[in-house]
Amino acid sequence: MRYEAPNSVEAAIDLLAATEGAYVLAGGTDLLVKLRAEMLEPELVVDIKRISGMKGITPEDGGWRIGAAVSGAEMGEHAGLTGDWPGVVEAVGLIGSTQVQGRATLAGNLCNASPAADSVPAMVAANATLRIVGPKGSRDVAVIDVPASPGKTTLGSGEFIASVFLPAKPDHGGDAYLRFIPRTEMDIAVVGCGVSLVLDGAGKVSAARVSLGAVGPKVMLVDAAAEALIGRAPKGDALEDLAAVCSAAATPIDDKRGTVDFRRHVAGVLARRATEIAATRAKGETA
Amino acid sequence: MSQIHVTTSINGDTTEFLCEAEDTLLDVLRDRLGMTGSKEGCGTGDCGACSVTVDGRLVCSCLMLGAEAEGREVTTIEGMATGDQLHPLQQKFIEMAALQCGICTPGILVAAKSLLEKNPDPTEEEVRYWLAGNLCRCTGYDKIIRAVMETAADLRRAS
Repeated sequence: MRYEAPNSVEAAIDLLAATEGAYVLAGGTDLLVKLRAEMLEPELVVDIKRISGMKGITPEDGGWRIGAAVSGAEMGEHAGLTGDWPGVVEAVGLIGSTQVQGRATLAGNLCNASPAADSVPAMVAANATLRIVGPKGSRDVAVIDVPASPGKTTLGSGEFIASVFLPAKPDHGGDAYLRFIPRTEMDIAVVGCGVSLVLDGAGKVSAARVSLGAVGPKVMLVDAAAEALIGRAPKGDALEDLAAVCSAAATPIDDKRGTVDFRRHVAGVLARRATEIAATRAKGETA
Repeated sequence: MSQIHVTTSINGDTTEFLCEAEDTLLDVLRDRLGMTGSKEGCGTGDCGACSVTVDGRLVCSCLMLGAEAEGREVTTIEGMATGDQLHPLQQKFIEMAALQCGICTPGILVAAKSLLEKNPDPTEEEVRYWLAGNLCRCTGYDKIIRAVMETAADLRRAS
């Protein structure tokens, strides 16, 4: 294995495109585990942390551009980002331990392509986009379009994610992410749910995005869940309808962490609770 | 394959080493630099026994390549005491018997020191969450948590 730490995006693309079996290293919290387990035997590891901008959180068009190598800990310490998108920041903060937070990244969580990745449903709910760079130039892609199947993404040869863009937080908007794990910390989601919504002057939902993780081969954006909320106050029957839609949309498997029936049920419960938190935040209150 | 030449700072001392691309920082510390205070428990970032700080950030040295340390500032458990003078956390762990076999202890001390530098007055809940990635199979954690809380209180009184 070779290790390279180029200092430009172009140099990184050249290295990745020229080498069969090249892998990108940002936080390394998944890559190094796979190296040790010999699940991967790369010819080349390209460390992108020396490239300008990869460690930056910068305002852009009212939103935030987050470099691909920004760690969860750095996101959690950023007041502006935490104020605008608390659900996304909390979701990334759920990944692993304090030590893992010191290195783990949004882009890495996405590219690891686990169906149970915590930050991914939150990014989907927030309508985050990615700047993907590669031999053919750069393209902006919605997060929902990147996971292909467990362990697989739609990124092409030589491509890597340079940054994640969280759009401007809408006025009277709020987001939240919840997951279920049988422990209190250091575990992998049995079900995860991200919600982002906007309230109108009457307190009714005018726009919503609801996403589910760990209940299918990849993250899902549940349009019917958004439809269950829009035009209604986020409480009572609207939340019951939302829960029923999310339970029905879930397509989980039975495994050691949860059964199909349990996961379906919890998908609805988490959608309801995350919506309540997002609505509280949309009103400008703390939740 | 030629080895990678790395210049870094470890516990304040400029240090140079040669490593293979696949060597983790933990491999380098233990096997190339003879700094065996950092332990390998799991090698997969689950147990925290290899905890160090890099540029002030708490990380697992088993989840980082040695080559990544170029130009960084690494601190390890070996840098915690000042000569024969133990760090207050080390002293308190001894006084309160917050260890049994000791394998997890270096990682827990490094992690706890990092917490108290960021938050001198943590709640018990905050200590427990901060140390959730440091596994101890002997103590049941109670003495460890109490030792960290007591040290924090001592340090606040002293400052």
